Amino acid sequence: MNAEKIKELSLHAANVRKMALTAVYSAGAGHPGGSLSAADILTYLYMEEMNVDPKNPKLADRDRFVLSKGHCSPALYGILAECGFFPKEDVKTFRQIDSYLQGHPDMKGVPGVDMSTGSLGQGISAACGMAKAAKLDGKSYRVWTMLGDGECEEGQVWEAAMFAAHYGLDNLAAFLDFNGLQIDGDITKVMNPTPFDKKFEAFGWHVIRINAHDFNQIEAAVAEAKATVGKPTLILADSVKGKGVSFMENQAKWHGAAPDEEQYKQAISELDAYIKEIGGEA
Amino acid sequence: MTYTIGEKIATRVAYGNALAEFGEDERLVVLDADLSKSTKTESFLKKYPERFINCGIAEGNMMAVAAGMSTCGKIVFASSFAMFAAGRAFEQIRNSIGYPHLNVKIGATHAGISVGEDGATHQCLEDIGIMRTIPGMVILNPADAAEARLAVKAAIDYEGPVYLRFGRLAVPVIFGDDYKFEIGKGVELMPGTDVTIIATGLMVPDAMAAAAALKEQGISARVVNMATIKPIDEEIIIKAARETGAIVTAEEHNIIGGLGSAVAEVLAENSPVPMQRVGTKDVFGKSGKPAQLMEMYGLDAKSIAEAAKAAIAKKNT
Repeated sequence: MNAEKIKELSLHAANVRKMALTAVYSAGAGHPGGSLSAADILTYLYMEEMNVDPKNPKLADRDRFVLSKGHCSPALYGILAECGFFPKEDVKTFRQIDSYLQGHPDMKGVPGVDMSTGSLGQGISAACGMAKAAKLDGKSYRVWTMLGDGECEEGQVWEAAMFAAHYGLDNLAAFLDFNGLQIDGDITKVMNPTPFDKKFEAFGWHVIRINAHDFNQIEAAVAEAKATVGKPTLILADSVKGKGVSFMENQAKWHGAAPDEEQYKQAISELDAYIKEIGGEA
Repeated sequence: MTYTIGEKIATRVAYGNALAEFGEDERLVVLDADLSKSTKTESFLKKYPERFINCGIAEGNMMAVAAGMSTCGKIVFASSFAMFAAGRAFEQIRNSIGYPHLNVKIGATHAGISVGEDGATHQCLEDIGIMRTIPGMVILNPADAAEARLAVKAAIDYEGPVYLRFGRLAVPVIFGDDYKFEIGKGVELMPGTDVTIIATGLMVPDAMAAAAALKEQGISARVVNMATIKPIDEEIIIKAARETGAIVTAEEHNIIGGLGSAVAEVLAENSPVPMQRVGTKDVFGKSGKPAQLMEMYGLDAKSIAEAAKAAIAKKNT
């Protein structure tokens, strides 16, 4: 990937982070930590990879994305707004009584959301169903999903992992946002779901490990997943919870807490400074 | 495929037959959780193996897989025993199927105490109550094989989530080729003026037998088959209350949460009259032969007739 493309994607991702923070700040509630760790992967998928049309969100043979870690809706709404599925200013209505932007993704109300999620463990199963439907119909669209690392404590994730491998769903790939933190703290201390690589390999998946914030690595992993035949791919993405905002990084307390006005202003100013630093306009 | 009045056949068999019969619709996909020989989805499997997907013993995953497939234009039937469909996978049905109002049909067999020897762990007496609380869920509980066939067809033609409840036990066919089935409509099977017995599922023949016995005692009992539990046919309930002044419900389900509750809600808000609920009395079942269990738990014509008399007696108090 050339430097210009990396800059372009980095600017989009910074905008996604700003919108995610604006959504959570406006609502006074939400999940900023995991939204910030997921932002680069979502940006790559929607800006570079997926065949989707903001003007026709229900396009029949579009690629699908299921946010299995549905609480990170602020990042999903951010990238959908950045792509033009709905107006960017609408993220300020997140979680408000008269808004269509529900606390967790609602496929009936939000253009571009392919599956209602929020109850952990279910999104990956739904993604399996979409991938299986594509196989039945001989369609070439692909299904992408994103798991949380804490989410993998749900038994259903492993039911889905069995299903995907059993039916050879090579049109399905799951990113695992491995930021190492869940609500109650370090995932290995709350209920250790690792090692993810060995577990998914044992379940019959092709596993790739990358840095979740490196667009070159994301691009290479996506290409490798698409070239993998006969089995689903897990992209185990080492990430930083709260990525991009100094005081949120690697802090479990920002899993599900909203910044106050001062913190919000600081977070936005940090992201604006980053945007200027890489040559964009804040 | 049609059935002959009087022959005994389980509604689960009719379910499998109907899936095979209507399976030429390419949108139809059938999922099962390692129970295809019992749920009878194997009838579909034999005819359309490419559209049958065994999900293994993982009902939660199966329901959300069904949800995902339905978003891609499939009409998905997801099958298991009622206990593991409505029970085990409640939350997947609620959040991944009910909330987005997806086109998934839950084919739940082995409902009720007539499961028999397997005992309480497999005798689901709560499923109607559980499913009834999910907004937008349609609940169908056919009385015989003929109605089961029509219920499957109606579910295919309906856009949205449907819970279909089938039994393990072979039960008599009571409806002929002229029987009309419509989601949301109860059907009056026998006229009557003193009391109305509203029955569902395999209790319908018992309700008819109870009405016949009551007639010999000079009591005129109306019988209504309520195959759709949700949306409940309010009109036929209110009409029965106004015209007969007493109501009995009969179901193979806990008296809490099922047909009895649904009817009581309609009566209380519209036309309060004395009523009695026949069903299991908030207890778990046990192992035994189906007929023994039905008698032991008061799920028979005798109990319905007694309940009818009790309801009538309350009219004058």
